[in-house]
Amino acid sequence: MSVTVISINVVAVGCLVWAALKDRARAWQALVAAGRAFLRLLPTVLLIIVVIGVLFAFAPADQVARFVGERAGLVGILAISAIGAVLHIPALTAFPMAASLLQKGASLAAVAAFITTLTMVGMVTLPLEIKQLGRKMALMRNGFSFLTAVLIALIMGVIL
Amino acid sequence: MTDRAGKNAKGELLKPWASLAGIVALAAALMLIFPDRRAVAAATTWDYLREMVLILPAVMVMMGLFSAFVSREQVARYLGAASGIKGLLLAVLLGSLPTGPLYVAFPLAAALLKKGARVSSVIVFLSAWACIKIPQEMVEIQFLGLKFMALRLLLTIAFVIPMGILIERLVVVRGNRAPAGGTGEEGGFDASV
Repeated sequence: MSVTVISINVVAVGCLVWAALKDRARAWQALVAAGRAFLRLLPTVLLIIVVIGVLFAFAPADQVARFVGERAGLVGILAISAIGAVLHIPALTAFPMAASLLQKGASLAAVAAFITTLTMVGMVTLPLEIKQLGRKMALMRNGFSFLTAVLIALIMGVIL
Repeated sequence: MTDRAGKNAKGELLKPWASLAGIVALAAALMLIFPDRRAVAAATTWDYLREMVLILPAVMVMMGLFSAFVSREQVARYLGAASGIKGLLLAVLLGSLPTGPLYVAFPLAAALLKKGARVSSVIVFLSAWACIKIPQEMVEIQFLGLKFMALRLLLTIAFVIPMGILIERLVVVRGNRAPAGGTGEEGGFDASV
């Protein structure tokens, strides 16, 4: 088991113990909520993992690298940002997907762009956002978030 | 009507399992047609499954703790009172606390705007809600490494604050908003105490 796995679990158990000492009823309530959310998320997580496995077996690495690899440049980053903006999957599943893309030869910048637009930009939820926040603000938030994602990706590509 | 609502909720719960069954069937069919891909597909699926199983329960516990100990009302109250650059940093922090998908935050954001919260704070709050979450960062470390997570987090914070300010400038046309005195409700309550 990796250091990351151990630390994440230690932190979670630590927080749980602290919470239980502070307010036992609420800690129990948190555990029940966690269990329920886990069951709700589980099928989607399993689905994404199966999709990753199948895609991994069939997607040729040279094609992935050509579309979103180091050489694909800005066009590749814009394309994968657009995919991230349209996809409507739980944020937690974005990370294994990103890791599999990276393993297949996608660039760090492309992967960063994908995660950032996936979480910040939501084409599927845009109508709902317009209804709640107004057309101007919703469009601007999504538009600027898209731009921000591309900028973050480009900077990460240079630094990492 | 409650019966129908209950049935719908149950259907909503079962839908992802049905999709999963469909994908698994499709994957199985593909593996039958292309036996040479079986080993890679199985090994990859197993690797990712293991990595997820080892951290997902911990991540869900963290999220559960946040949802039980930090109420949305509390978050909204703090955000409504925030102002200035400190307020924007507070908005980052407040946005990172609640759990749930981003569309849950839209009505909350709308209510905050109505109450007179700054557009910049609300935009920063929404951005933080979308992509800054401690349990989420944990998963990011697991799959992409600490360096990647830390750099992306820093850049996100550095970018969403100016973005909030810029959008506020563009959205708030002069005279388009209620005067600042509109939030006097809470001030009056404070004064009475």
